[in-house]
Parts: sequence; C-alpha cells; structure tokens
Amino acid sequence: MTISDKIRKIKIGMASCGIAAGADGVLAVLKEHADKIPIDQVGCFGHCYCEPVVEIETVDGGSVLYSRVKPAPESIANILALGKAGRFQINPVRQAKELLKVTRLAGVIDPTSYEEYVENGGYAALAKALAMTPAEVVDEVKKSGLRGRGGGGFPTGMKWGFMAAKTAEQKILICNADEGDPGAFMDRSLMESVPHQVLEGMLIAAYATGSTRIFIYCRAEYPLAIKHLYIAIGQIKQHKLNLIAGREIDIVVKEGAGAFVCGEETALIHSLEGKRGTPRFRPPFPTDSGWQGCPTMINNVETFGNIPYLIAEGAASYAAVGTATSKGTKLFALAGDLAHPGLVEVPMGITLREIVFDIGGADPAATKAVQTGGPSGGCIPVEKFDTPVDYDSLKALGAIMGSGGMIVIGKNRCMVETARYFLDFTHRESCGKCTFCRVGTKRMFETLERITAGAGVPEDLDFLAGMGPKVIKASLCGLGQTAPNPVLATLRYYRHEYENHVNNRQCDVLACDKLVDIKLDPAKCVKCRLCIKNCPVDAVSEDFIIDNNKCTRCNTCIEVCPKDAICRVKKGEGFYRE
Amino acid sequence: MGQNYDYLKAIAPESSNLIKGLQAVQTREGYVSDASIVAVADYFHTPVVETEGVLSFYAQFKSTRPGRYQICVCDGTACHIKGSPLISEWISTELGITAGETDADGLFSLETVACLGCCSLAPVFSINGKVFGNLDRKTTIRILKEYRNK
Repeated sequence: MTISDKIRKIKIGMASCGIAAGADGVLAVLKEHADKIPIDQVGCFGHCYCEPVVEIETVDGGSVLYSRVKPAPESIANILALGKAGRFQINPVRQAKELLKVTRLAGVIDPTSYEEYVENGGYAALAKALAMTPAEVVDEVKKSGLRGRGGGGFPTGMKWGFMAAKTAEQKILICNADEGDPGAFMDRSLMESVPHQVLEGMLIAAYATGSTRIFIYCRAEYPLAIKHLYIAIGQIKQHKLNLIAGREIDIVVKEGAGAFVCGEETALIHSLEGKRGTPRFRPPFPTDSGWQGCPTMINNVETFGNIPYLIAEGAASYAAVGTATSKGTKLFALAGDLAHPGLVEVPMGITLREIVFDIGGADPAATKAVQTGGPSGGCIPVEKFDTPVDYDSLKALGAIMGSGGMIVIGKNRCMVETARYFLDFTHRESCGKCTFCRVGTKRMFETLERITAGAGVPEDLDFLAGMGPKVIKASLCGLGQTAPNPVLATLRYYRHEYENHVNNRQCDVLACDKLVDIKLDPAKCVKCRLCIKNCPVDAVSEDFIIDNNKCTRCNTCIEVCPKDAICRVKKGEGFYRE
Repeated sequence: MGQNYDYLKAIAPESSNLIKGLQAVQTREGYVSDASIVAVADYFHTPVVETEGVLSFYAQFKSTRPGRYQICVCDGTACHIKGSPLISEWISTELGITAGETDADGLFSLETVACLGCCSLAPVFSINGKVFGNLDRKTTIRILKEYRNK
C-alpha cells in the first residue's frame, strides 16, 4: 500500500457513536497498513452522521476529512494515498452558526492522553482559579450568568455560593452524569471525548466551594465514558492535581443502575447511598443536608464542562455570548428526522430554525415539530421555529430547554402516538412515591393507548387536559412535575390530530397500527413474491392480496417490496378475508 | 450447593456499596439469583427485604438467567420515531421470544432499553454491548443469523 509522505498524523473518531458505526474495524485495518504513522484515537466531533470519520493531518498543517470510511483495504488505501473519494467538508453554514467552546477539544485530542489535554491549554484554568481566592472564583461564576445545564437552569454561581457558605468537616460535590433522557447524548460525548475538561471543572468547583470529596454518578449504560473517566482520574492522581488547598480530594465514580428518576438530585443522593432511588421533599436542600447528611452540591456534566473556559476567558467574555437571561453556549443532541444528526454547540439565543434546518439539514417541507427536553419537555411546532433558544423563551412555549436532547419530528409522525410513547416511558419510570405521578401518569398513558388504538372517546381529551395539571401540582420531583408536558403540548398544538383519532377513528399520518390497513397495489406489483416469502404471518396470498385479518401491520412487506407497491391505507380500505 | 462470593471482598462492606455489590454479582453471573440476594444482603449487613427492594427498583438488574447473546433494542425517542417497535417485532418473529424472554436454547435473550445514547445512528440495538446502528429489516435479520452461526 502506498502511503502519502504528506501525512503527519491520523485521527479516528472512537466515541461510542463512532464505534457503533464500525470505527473499530477501520482502526484495525489502518493499524495494519500504516504502522509507521501515529494514529490518534480521538472522541466525538459532533458530526455523527458521517461516522466512521478519519481525519488526516498533513505535514503542512492542513487536514483532510474522510467520512463513512469502510474497513476494507481499498478504502484505507484511498485514504493513505490522500485520494479524492470519500472526502468530506464540514458544511460552512453549520460552521458559521456553531460556536465551539465546551466542545472545542472534543474529537481533536485523545481523551486518554493527559499530555494532549495540557498541550491544548488544559488545567490552565485550574491554575488560574487556584491563584484566586475561593470567593473570587464563586463570584466569577456568578458574574458569568451560567445556569445549570441539566435542565432546571438554576444559576450555578448562586448554588456554589450556598455551598461555599457551609462549614462542615465533609462537603460533597456530585457530578450528575445520569443522562437518562432518551434522545440525549451531550454528557456521554463530553465524558468520552474530553473527560479531563469535565474533571477540571469539578476540581475548580471543589476549590471554590471547599468540597472534600467528589462523586461522579454515571449511568452504567455508558461503559466507554466510565472507562475514560477512570483513566483521567488515575492521571489526575498521578500528577497530584487533586491536591487542593493542601487537602487530597477523593474522586469516585459510581455507576447508576438504570432509573430515570435518579437524575433528580435527592433521588440521586439516595441511590449513591445504596438505597432505592426515590426523591424526598425539599427543603432541606442538598446544600444543607445531602449525602449522609453532609452539605452536598450537584452539578451536571455539561455545567462542569463550561467551567474551565469560563474561568480561563473570564466572566465578562463568557457573558458576552447569549441572551439577557441565558449566557454562554449550549450543547444539543440533534436526532430524529433530519439529514445531519449529531452533537452541536450553539450560542444561546440562536433560533430553532437555524439549529434544525441550517445546522441539522432537516427538510423544512417535511418537518412537523421538534421535541426539546425529552420526556419532560414538549414539542414546538414548525410555525414557532423563529423562537430564540433560551431557558425562558422555550418555557413560554410549553417546552423546556431540558438537558439538550432535540428530536426532530417529521410530518409522517403521529403526535398522539409520540405523546403516548413519552407517557409510556414516564409512567414506567415513576418511582411510585407520589400518588398523582404513580397513578395519574398511568391513567394518562392508558387513555392515550386507547386513543391510538381507535377506542378513544371525545371525553378522553378533557380527561387528559384536566389530569395533566394535577399530576404536575401533586408530584414531589421533576419527573412528575414535567411528565404531562408532552401530552399538554401536543394537545395545545395538535388537538386536531387527537380529535381525528377520537371522532373519526383515523390517524392523520397512518402511523397508528390499529387505525390502518395494508394494501397491495396490483398495478405496481411485479409478482416477485418477496412479500409472500417474508410475511411472518402468511397474510399475503398467492394471488397477491393482503388479508388484514391476519396482518399484524409489522411493515415487513413494505420494507422488502422493491417497487413500493405495498402501502398503509386508512382502516377499512384494505381487504379482509372472511 | 454453596456458590463462591469471594469476589465481593474487593468492595468495602458498607451499605452505600450495596448497588455496586449487586452489579458485581450481575457482571459475574449474568443475573442476580435469590441465593445471590441473600449472600449480598449478608455481606453488606442489610436486610434481605431491603436488598430485594433495591434490586427490584433498578431496571438494570435481572433476576432470570439471560441467554448467551443479550439483545437490547433501544427504544429511546430517536429510535422510537425511527421505527424501533418494528425492530423488536422483527426480532421477536425471527427468534420466537418477546422482550424479557430467553429462547429455549439459551442462545438469545431480548429486552428493550430506554436509550443507548447512539441516537444519531437510530434505530439501534446492541448485542452483548456491541452496538449496531442504522438498522432495517435486512440488516437486523443478517446480524441475528451471524450470531446464531458463531
């Protein structure tokens, strides 16, 4: 294999998303053929749609990106010869709209290398902070206007101030890495790609607040993030960076065990204590009495990720980005019905239109809404896409900023089914402590199940609209207080879809299985028999007629048909064999 | 038939490590049996009923023996709207088991999970932790066949 002499270094994206796309196979072939060139295994640079990604750094300081690299010798040969095939350039529109601060080094450095982080300015912020007094650091965070990135949006500096004021022998700092929102992967990406940056933020926080012990509560579903954290913590201890103000700070990673409610801070503390993760009444707030009664402060991964650059650049420079009430940048995990899913970092105040269409490449004609804040959030219809993204504007629309999951919902998705899906999740994740959350979400879910099955009645809509606010009011923690949001938001913006389900027993977009039939169009059919062969329930007869009595609406035939001759139609339009 | 739980000794016997202990058992055995619950409760000095309470609270813990290949179909938001219920159904049809079950040969077990965090590759599933993305019916069936023939 000829290897171009212009190559200085090869970088390959080896975060979870890269590995899932096959980066480990590509790496193996690369190693085999380019054993003399340094290969850096970097994290995620946010462009998940083009994984596996290989970046070639050239001797003249340039860089060439290759997307969707295959683990085949010929595709590797092309890269090593700096060939034209598979080259990829970052969309300049996206580049112009993004502002990379927190993710500046993600996908650029090797997450397991302490040296690379330091070479790129790592731990300079910690040194700067240590030269200030703790009160000055807290003040700096207050002045920056940083608000908690976990979803609540509580002013971080104020929280640090409460914690710093506590005098106790043991003060506990917890990093909330229990990223449970389905559809969110900002925290995973940060921990996998720049673990040192998150840890640097924690060390600065520990110094500013006088904390004596650090816990990182990470979901067990993120093995690579946990591995990278362990490596980074080992390096920190080796370089004695956890020796702060003459005291050695212990850093412990605790793995969660799969409970969404543990993202709530009092539930998280219970889980850290080895108990069932149920929330409790507040006050006392954790800063007064948290882990085993000690003053405890909990911040989110992304919040900690913001701290190093906030301190390095200073509060004034940090606060220059964003809107009046929301400062800095925000990470969003873009996924769903769009061309370019991935992780984006944008300045607060950017519009949804810019994120979804300009950066995400979603088709404006095919987009119905976007869901922010996961199961706790709400949908925002495309008509409102000019709304600036900040904590308060999104709240006014009935959605929330949330932790940063952003799911684009296409026009072919049923909003009632989407709401049912979220309630299915929240009613199962409810810990059961509060009656309205435990029973209320269950009844709401059952009602939605009935509606999507075509058995709903008009009164069901009144029930949903009435029960939602009650669950919000009578629940102790964030789970119950936000669980009805997806239903209330879809009722607000897509009531006509609900009405079509209950009044006409029809699903507008033919998504709800119980309200559709499957039909084969003989004019398009080429009698290839693939549908007959693949149907799991033998619903397609030898004369190419689909019996909707037998059919389970599994879509297999639609998937295998090479001529698009089979499609979903309104209930009653399909054939039913007696 | 006394099982050996010596590996628990690497964990300090404090009640705050109870979850860690249960995780250690599950990593080792693949699930947490009734006998293991008693052993863990004994080691961490917590009542059996409390240990059982913690175990049943968290979705991660399994109380039945899983198959050799554990399939986790992601039903996170992104995967759901990209058709994960269909993926589950195709797998169920192919293997003859539904979520929470292990097939008769003990080869495959199937479960749905909330989110694997690979939303940009939706829909995805994982087999023994290895994630497969951008699934359609054909690749789903092909992957299952590859594992069956391993």
